[in-house]
Amino acid sequence: MSSATSAPSMPRRRLSPAWLLLLPGALWLAAFFLVPLVQLVATSLYDPTGSEELGYAMTWEFGNYVDSLAFYAEPFLRGFAYAAIATLLCLVLGYPLAYTMAFKAGRWKNLMLILVIAPFFTSFLVRTLAWKLILADNGFVVGVGRTLGLLADDGRLLATGVAVVAGLTYNFLPFMVLPLYVSLEKIDHRLIEAAGDLYASPLQGFRRVTLPLSMPGVVAGTLLTFIPSAGDFINSRLLGDTTTQMIGNVIESRFKVGDYPAAAALSVTLMVFIVAMVAVYIRRAGTEELL
Amino acid sequence: MPAHRDAESGQAEPRGSAAGPGRDEPAGDLQLRSLTKRFGDFVAVDDLDLVIPAGSFFALLGPSGCGKTTTLRMVAGLEVPTDGQVLLGGDDITWAKPYRRPVNTVFQSYALFPHLTVQENVAFGLRRKGRKDVAGPVAEMLELVELANLASRKPAQLSGGQQQRVALARALINSPQVLLLDEPLGALDLKLRRQMQIELKSIQGEVGTTFVHVTHDQEEAMTMADTIAVMNAGLIEQLGSPADLYESPATTFVANFLGQSNLVAGDIKGREGDDLVVQVEGTTVRVPASRARVSEGKVWLGVRPEKVVLTPSEPSGDSDSGTAGQTSVDNSLGPAQVIDVSFVGVSTQYILRSAWGQELMAFEQNTGARPLLRRGAHVDAQFAGPHAFLLDHDQDARAGVDDGLAP
Repeated sequence: MSSATSAPSMPRRRLSPAWLLLLPGALWLAAFFLVPLVQLVATSLYDPTGSEELGYAMTWEFGNYVDSLAFYAEPFLRGFAYAAIATLLCLVLGYPLAYTMAFKAGRWKNLMLILVIAPFFTSFLVRTLAWKLILADNGFVVGVGRTLGLLADDGRLLATGVAVVAGLTYNFLPFMVLPLYVSLEKIDHRLIEAAGDLYASPLQGFRRVTLPLSMPGVVAGTLLTFIPSAGDFINSRLLGDTTTQMIGNVIESRFKVGDYPAAAALSVTLMVFIVAMVAVYIRRAGTEELL
Repeated sequence: MPAHRDAESGQAEPRGSAAGPGRDEPAGDLQLRSLTKRFGDFVAVDDLDLVIPAGSFFALLGPSGCGKTTTLRMVAGLEVPTDGQVLLGGDDITWAKPYRRPVNTVFQSYALFPHLTVQENVAFGLRRKGRKDVAGPVAEMLELVELANLASRKPAQLSGGQQQRVALARALINSPQVLLLDEPLGALDLKLRRQMQIELKSIQGEVGTTFVHVTHDQEEAMTMADTIAVMNAGLIEQLGSPADLYESPATTFVANFLGQSNLVAGDIKGREGDDLVVQVEGTTVRVPASRARVSEGKVWLGVRPEKVVLTPSEPSGDSDSGTAGQTSVDNSLGPAQVIDVSFVGVSTQYILRSAWGQELMAFEQNTGARPLLRRGAHVDAQFAGPHAFLLDHDQDARAGVDDGLAP
């Protein structure tokens, strides 16, 4: 405002409403995202010999990254593998469900939608604990598996990778179904009719019209499933054992024992990997403009 | 208009395939036999029989909900008939899947694939049929619809008129035996619509494909089609050339839906030679028996507004006789008073109040032969017998009137 006196010919500068509207959110993000993020990166470079009692010294210890990655490469890779399998399973299970809801459900559409969302009414933790019961050694599923010979007589599901992936798939399925449903719902039925009119069999019509037009949903759904799965530790903790540790479990345990620099280094590494993979994925999917 | 229309309506023969991919064999007629479609209790199409000759430009004209689009969708295979048959060149295609029919559709809202470019949209049908060398035909087709320079655009980057042409090219490139057009120009503004009407007509002439065009716009149907079927409530009211339908409507619905008509109640009193003598509201008129749909009893006497000739019954300034040279105007609807005058440039539209209180319309070309009549002027409303038509009085005189409620 002071510039108005020094340069009378210039229009008075004002904060536009757009900036004012952005301000609260920007402040919130700065305080609760940007500052902790900087702190996290800083912690990952602290001297690893420090402790909570003695304090940490900033020594730009890039070796933290090398050491933690070398030491925890296996849970790191396992975490990504479990997340990838769970995401794929979510897609395979979720797409037909979303497709049915969008195109075939008729008046059952809303009921189905509510059923997909219903699990959110209970805590994530409680639902995962329920799976512990479902997959328990004396439970129904293992019993049937053993009877049918799908499992060895002393075979189990709990404390295996199968249980962890099943838990991840179950917990993140709605995050796949909802974006898929939204993008399929938006597709104009006449486009599918037009494909049929232009000699596309139903299968070709799906491949050439429905699937490409639902790609934004596929991309959004896979991201919303993969990203939280890759960092998850609850499913492995409750449904797995030490042999099914994911990177999330390692980070959690490092924090618990006060090894903050290693935990921070692993967190940053995980984040960078995910961002890089997402960037490549979106570009490969060719959906930048659709997103 | 009639003369020029007659000249065009004779063209049922394909005129070669200069720009199009050409047809491998002459397509046969499209036949609908007792075609019926019911949605629950609602009968959308009621026992329809129709033969659409190969190579013709055929219009299904009617108000919304008359069953014209349902009929089209049954031909396309997008709707399964409740009863009846669809035959194309003698083959029964009633139950054929849409993707197995040699028929393509230009959809009402175009239904262009938004994720594909213009080129890919146009190539879609050929690709699905397994053609590999699509670049040539696509370029040719885009040339035909004058879109060659926009081939790599996405539909969202095109104007409405351009999208319309893509939709047309996408259908035509497959050389269908029948091209179905579902209100193809409905989304365009009036000026563009007129231009596209002419283009569609000329493209049809070039490729020689049978066009079946569904529309609620009577002017559009008359401008483009060789033959029009007027549909109402699932039935065909009348079938014929635009001139036939306009000059000799068979029902009050057609008389009102195609253009406008003055319908006056009358009574057939007898026959004199080739004429029927009709008592109309205190006067007697003569109409050739060939122009009557009934031969006795109560009738609607129909006269198109532009066929009504107005003669001022009071001297109106320096005018000479308005009826000079119009000796055939031998019938009168009696004295009337002008109650409204709308000047529209090429013509003037008068609304008259007749002696018996009915409102009549009269359109006059602004030839300058006589000054415009003013509101309140007293006139004699006359017409020539052969210009009138007689319809069965059992029908609703307001059927098919565009009261602004229909879209």
